[in-house]
Amino acid sequence: MNQMAIAALKNQYKSFVQSMFDEGVLDNQFSQLQDLQDSSNPNFVDEVITLFCNDAERIITEMNRYLNYQNVDFSKLDSHVHQLKGSSSSIGAHRLKLACVNLRQASYERNKEECVEAFNSIRHEYCLLRSKFQFLMQIERRIVALENNQQ
Amino acid sequence: MAMAADAKFHVLAVDDTLIDRKLIEKLLKTSSYQVTAVDSGTRALEFLGLNNKNRNSNADASVHVEVSLIITDYCMPGMTGYDLLRKIKCSSSLKDIPVVIMSSDNIPSRINRCLEDGAEEFFLKPVQLSDVNKLRPHLMKSRCKPNINKRKAVEEIASPDGTRSRRYNELEV
Repeated sequence: MNQMAIAALKNQYKSFVQSMFDEGVLDNQFSQLQDLQDSSNPNFVDEVITLFCNDAERIITEMNRYLNYQNVDFSKLDSHVHQLKGSSSSIGAHRLKLACVNLRQASYERNKEECVEAFNSIRHEYCLLRSKFQFLMQIERRIVALENNQQ
Repeated sequence: MAMAADAKFHVLAVDDTLIDRKLIEKLLKTSSYQVTAVDSGTRALEFLGLNNKNRNSNADASVHVEVSLIITDYCMPGMTGYDLLRKIKCSSSLKDIPVVIMSSDNIPSRINRCLEDGAEEFFLKPVQLSDVNKLRPHLMKSRCKPNINKRKAVEEIASPDGTRSRRYNELEV
C-alpha cells in the first residue's frame, strides 16, 4: 500500500512542479537543480529553496525599508534588487526575476511611484512562490516519511 | 601521496551570495572536483596565501592544498571578481592558476575586459553543468604537460631541500 501512496505523491509532486513551469512561476533552471539532486545530497532542492526564501525575505524587508523613506536611496535599492534578481535567476524563479527587472528599471529612472508599484509586484510574486514551494516541500516530506516507514 | 595525474583537481569558488555558492559547489562536486567555497576576494587571497606560507616553509608537503582553478563571481562588494583576477595575475606565485569569471549581467565590454586581462572563460549566471564541463581542458592543460616535465616533477617532490616549484609540472626557470 505504501508503494502506491509513494507513487501517487511523487506524481502529485511532478504535476505540481509542471504547473509551476506552465504558469511561468518557474523556469528551466529549477529543472537543473532537480537534476543535481542525487543520493549524495538527497535534500539539495529543499536546502536551496530554504536558503532562497530566507535570503529573499531579508532582501524584501530591506527594500521595503528603503522605499518608506521620504528620499529613496535608489542606489542602495538597486543593489538589493540586483541581489534578489540574481537569487531568483539561480533558483529558476522566473516571474519573480522579471518583477525584479521592472524594479531595477524604475529605480534607474528614480521614479518612486513606479518603484513602489514594482516592489508590490515583487512581494506578490514572492508570496505566491513561497506558498507553492511550501506545498512542494510538504509533499516531499510525506514521501520521505513513507519511504522511511518502509525500511 | 597520490600521483599527480590521478588526484582530484581542487577548485576555489568565490561568490558573496550563499545560494550561488551552494550551487557552484554542487556543480563542481558533481563534476568530481574538490571544492573550497569562500564568500569574498579577500578570503580567497587568504586561502591562496596560506598555501604559499606552507609551501615556503619546509612543512610536510601533504599539508598543502594545490588550487588548480579559481572560479569567481564578478559583482562582489569590496573586491570585485575583476579585482581578484588582476591580483592573481599580478602575483608571481599565483599568476598561472586559471581564473574563470561568472556574472549575472551580460555586458560585452565587461566580458571582453575580463578575457583580455587574463580570465580563461566568462560564464553567464546561472551557471550550468555544461559550463562546468568547459573547465576540464584548462585544468588538464596545467596538469598534463610533456613527460619530461613530469619526470622533473617527481624528482622535485622527492628532493629534500624544500624547493619544489609551485606547479610541479612547470619547467623551473
